[in-house]
Amino acid sequence: MYKIAVMGDYDSIYGFAALGLDTFPVTSQEAGERLHQLAAEGYGIIYITEVLAAQLKHEIARYEGQIIPAVIEIPGVSGNTGSGVRGVKKSVEQAVGSDILFSN
Amino acid sequence: MASTQITPTRMELTKTKKKLVTARRGHKLLKDKRDELMRQFLDLARENMALRQKVEAGILAANKNFVIARAGMDEATLHTALMAPKQQVSLEVGKKNVMSVNIPVFDTKTRTADANDIYSYGFAFTSSDLDGAVKSLADILPDMLRLAEVEKACQLMAAEIEKTRRRVNALEHVIIPQAQETIKYITMKLDENERSSQIRLMKVKDMMLEEAHHYSERA
Repeated sequence: MYKIAVMGDYDSIYGFAALGLDTFPVTSQEAGERLHQLAAEGYGIIYITEVLAAQLKHEIARYEGQIIPAVIEIPGVSGNTGSGVRGVKKSVEQAVGSDILFSN
Repeated sequence: MASTQITPTRMELTKTKKKLVTARRGHKLLKDKRDELMRQFLDLARENMALRQKVEAGILAANKNFVIARAGMDEATLHTALMAPKQQVSLEVGKKNVMSVNIPVFDTKTRTADANDIYSYGFAFTSSDLDGAVKSLADILPDMLRLAEVEKACQLMAAEIEKTRRRVNALEHVIIPQAQETIKYITMKLDENERSSQIRLMKVKDMMLEEAHHYSERA
């Protein structure tokens, strides 16, 4: 049995608490540690705000090859940085060699 | 050239020929695997992008609603309202094997029987904007879960495709040409030995005939 976590600044994520997801408001200093802690504690999906994810690239990369947890970027309250879409493009590029699907 | 270390024997030739057959077969299989993975990956990547755009738009809209809800209420009331959630979502993780890549299958369960039981507060002290905001976020949740599943599958498959592609290339451009080169080298060496022993035999025969019949003296 796994759980779902949401990480980010408080303003971006407090709404998810109402849906029954576990929210973890974090500052960027403790975020990396918290991410590893959540991954070890049996969270299957960790949603993380794009702003925070940008600071944790290295930590998130560790979970890319594992089935769980799935670390998924979501836009925060400050707006969309486009890094989530870039992630999709990156995996297409990795697989195909060049981005043939979304290059235009 | 690698063939300098090869001992040109029949045994080595048979071995190398077998290796070549295996390499060809492996190459074909891996190529098929790569093509099929690629086909499925492209479908998945398209779905991933569509879902991501939908989810991002949904979350942005929900965030706007929350800002409006917040403007109409004081901070403390809002915090209290969302402090003790009624609903709890738990996750079952299954695995699906797609061309030897394990991709996750997420299945969610809500704690209360009614999945729409999301309002963790009484309606007396909160604005209706908050209800709308929570609802808009709840509506996007199924898509968010599907996004998590698809995006993870995309990442895993992309890594596997890259690995398979490297293997196919290694077989195609290194292993198979090397084996062919070795076979050619051994065959040539063996033929050469064959010819030289043939000549040697002819020479010996000539010498023996000469000794018996003394052709050169008669001429």
